[in-house]
Amino acid sequence: MNETYEEVVYKNGINFHFVPTEKFKTISITAKFMAPLKQDTITQRALLPYVLQQGTSSYPDRSTLQKKLDHLYGAVLTMDGSKKGNHHIVTIRLETANQKFISEESAIIDEAVTLFKEIIFNPNHPDGAFPPAVVDREKNTLKQKINAITDDKIHFANMRLIDEMCHDERYQLHVHGYEDDLEWITAENLYAYYQSLLQEDQLDIYVSGDIDCDDMKAKLFSAFQREGSSMLQEDVLEVEKQKEEPHVVIEKQRIQQAKLHFGYRTHITFQDDDYFALHVFNGLFGGFPSSKLFINVREKNSLAYYAASQFESHKGLLFVFSGIAPEDYQQAREIIERQMDAMKKGDFSEGDMANTKELIIHQMLETTDHSKGLVELLYQQVVGETDRSPDTLMEGIKRVSKEDVIQVASKLELDTIYLLTAQGSDSDE
Amino acid sequence: MNKQSYGHIEETVYKEKLENGLTVFLLSKPEMAKTYGIFSTNFGSIDQTFVPINGTEQVTVPEGVAHFLEHKMFEKEDRDVFADFGRQGASANAYTSFTKTAYLFTATNQIEKNVETLLDFVQDPYFSEKSVEKEKGIIAQEIEMYNDQSDWQSFMGTLRALFHKHPVKIDIAGTVDSIQTITKEDLYTCYNTFYHPENMTLFIAGNFDPQQMMGLIQHNQGSKHFDQLDHIRREYPQEPASAAKKENKMIMPVSIPKCTVGIKESASGLSGEAFLKKDLLQSMIVDYYFSRGGPFYQQLYDQQLIDASFYFETTLEKNFGYTFIGGNTSEPDHFADTVRELLKSADGTVFTPEEIDRMKKKKIGQLLRAMNSLEFVANKYIYYDTVDVDLFNIIPAIQSLTAEDFNIFVQNWIDDDRIAVCKIVNE
Repeated sequence: MNETYEEVVYKNGINFHFVPTEKFKTISITAKFMAPLKQDTITQRALLPYVLQQGTSSYPDRSTLQKKLDHLYGAVLTMDGSKKGNHHIVTIRLETANQKFISEESAIIDEAVTLFKEIIFNPNHPDGAFPPAVVDREKNTLKQKINAITDDKIHFANMRLIDEMCHDERYQLHVHGYEDDLEWITAENLYAYYQSLLQEDQLDIYVSGDIDCDDMKAKLFSAFQREGSSMLQEDVLEVEKQKEEPHVVIEKQRIQQAKLHFGYRTHITFQDDDYFALHVFNGLFGGFPSSKLFINVREKNSLAYYAASQFESHKGLLFVFSGIAPEDYQQAREIIERQMDAMKKGDFSEGDMANTKELIIHQMLETTDHSKGLVELLYQQVVGETDRSPDTLMEGIKRVSKEDVIQVASKLELDTIYLLTAQGSDSDE
Repeated sequence: MNKQSYGHIEETVYKEKLENGLTVFLLSKPEMAKTYGIFSTNFGSIDQTFVPINGTEQVTVPEGVAHFLEHKMFEKEDRDVFADFGRQGASANAYTSFTKTAYLFTATNQIEKNVETLLDFVQDPYFSEKSVEKEKGIIAQEIEMYNDQSDWQSFMGTLRALFHKHPVKIDIAGTVDSIQTITKEDLYTCYNTFYHPENMTLFIAGNFDPQQMMGLIQHNQGSKHFDQLDHIRREYPQEPASAAKKENKMIMPVSIPKCTVGIKESASGLSGEAFLKKDLLQSMIVDYYFSRGGPFYQQLYDQQLIDASFYFETTLEKNFGYTFIGGNTSEPDHFADTVRELLKSADGTVFTPEEIDRMKKKKIGQLLRAMNSLEFVANKYIYYDTVDVDLFNIIPAIQSLTAEDFNIFVQNWIDDDRIAVCKIVNE
């Protein structure tokens, strides 16, 4: 082990990350724009990825842009907005075939860099604004996306849990924004906001694949420059509200299967020493098919097809997800709570510890085999403002002791239980 | 051991058919951190009617048996196989499709041990009445979860509209009622017939030494006994070429209606070059029209009939095939009529050399990108192998397609009788 995954260079107001690896037959360029989560910008940030995909100055509509991408051997352009702790990140990614594997091709990489630059710094803006027809159309796309969340019940229940749990905190802001905001967003003010995002957001650009670093440096340093700074200045820390006792929220819809979700506060984030022990805690509790939740909710009691836990490492939350028959609510809830009690009491063996650590390390190594996963893993350090390379993470996991896990378990506080259940079912308290 | 090198993509595959009939493929990729192993049987949800091994009479098993069997393979008399893999630092999984059941793991160490565990657990079934009963509750919740997923309902609803009798119209997991009738005897009947090595393929891709790995697999298989199996007699109903009905309308609590237009693709037991040609043309031409910026996509977009959920997919198997075009739309009727008209207008298209060049480049790039994934390579290699196509020779096959191939395909592609629509609306 002890691989060097990336070389980071700060230049031209941008953090450049070069990630050479022979694992992939493609080359990807990924730009990540990060800013604090804010009520007044969230919908614009959610809308931008849709609008930017619709064209550039040289390729003014999606059809022309797509033809260019197709010619670059089906290059794939993706954009999205995501939430990491109290930050919002706009990701723009272009993946192209590596010319190395195609006979008589040598221009793909140069053309891809030029196109990527054009997509970001020179979107279609005929009169100092995005084309109004495009903005109107994409506002509608976003609106449908916002409304369709309710059709994905797991996603919907998780969103509602966070609404209830983080009521007065930034983190509750919805990643797709709000329908009401679409009324005041115009082609002009969206373009103006994009200009400030280009200068003010923290910008990290990753290039990964079977690349020659020196060659890529020359290409990227000359293509990408801006005035902005590399670090965010704004402090996003906020005091967490403490609930006197766990809050229980029950809602009903016309559904067959109930979704029972729990939200805990971990008080632990990526920078903390306890982060490693939290990782192991989650693995034992609900991270794998060998975990307490899977074994007890599913295998022993046949109550669910899925029952798992997941933690958020920048805000400090841990969630439990399960899909159950509506009439099994009380039983499932008791079993889940009992598993947490067992974790707090240290009711797991050294053997369980060793297996779980191996599985976590395996999961991290596996992530390094995926071109997108590798970049996400490396970017964790940027969001968490901590130099913890994948190898450091794996070393840290290995050192966790049973006492560390019990100590982390004792810090966890149940904040909210959210149940989405069938209309007409009798699950009231 | 047969070694096949593919210079243009820098890959080498080792192949061997063992004495017991098992087909083994090894792809060594030392630059990867992990190894992926998949053990797959040609037994899926559509294989409901067949003559069991050592039997003479044809039987029909309940809907959802293949998937049920997949769940039960992980439970042994004294232990749970997930835990075995977990102890060896590996993560295991399985899936059942219309045509296959596959067991798989990924591991970053103890590779050989994990390969043995994979072979051993799939070749050592343990079904009891009690454990079969217990599984019914878990699978019922899995089915209920899918019952609430409007995208899945839209997918199955379109298949039910397209197919009269073919079992591809039946949900892979069966129904809450059909799984109640499954017995441990059903599981053994299916297991003994379809999990014979002759009907199975093992593919290992990743970080290992191929010689040593093949030795280990041969040794493992040599120590087990299997009855002789010549050929499995499976029965599929005669399926008309036309769609079963024009439209299937379903009511679900969706925020925005969903609409899918399905094309029943002709599938006449093709294999080898002919299969690949049809498979490539079908997917490249659908992609040409309906991918972002494509002529049909653009019309749907301009008429505000689609949003970001718009999708298309195309599938070709030996005895069925379909193409789906769908998504969320506030005007499902208008969407369906427009797609239907657009499809009809494709007839007679003559593609320009520039368009053909673009389609080919795109397809080659898509394949290279997909080949980043060991999972894709192993799964697709097996899929194509069952129809005598070599995944790693597809790029040259794409390059050799001619303008005539494209033009002839599109001429014969659309027939109104083979189109069906599925709509999901709130009221």
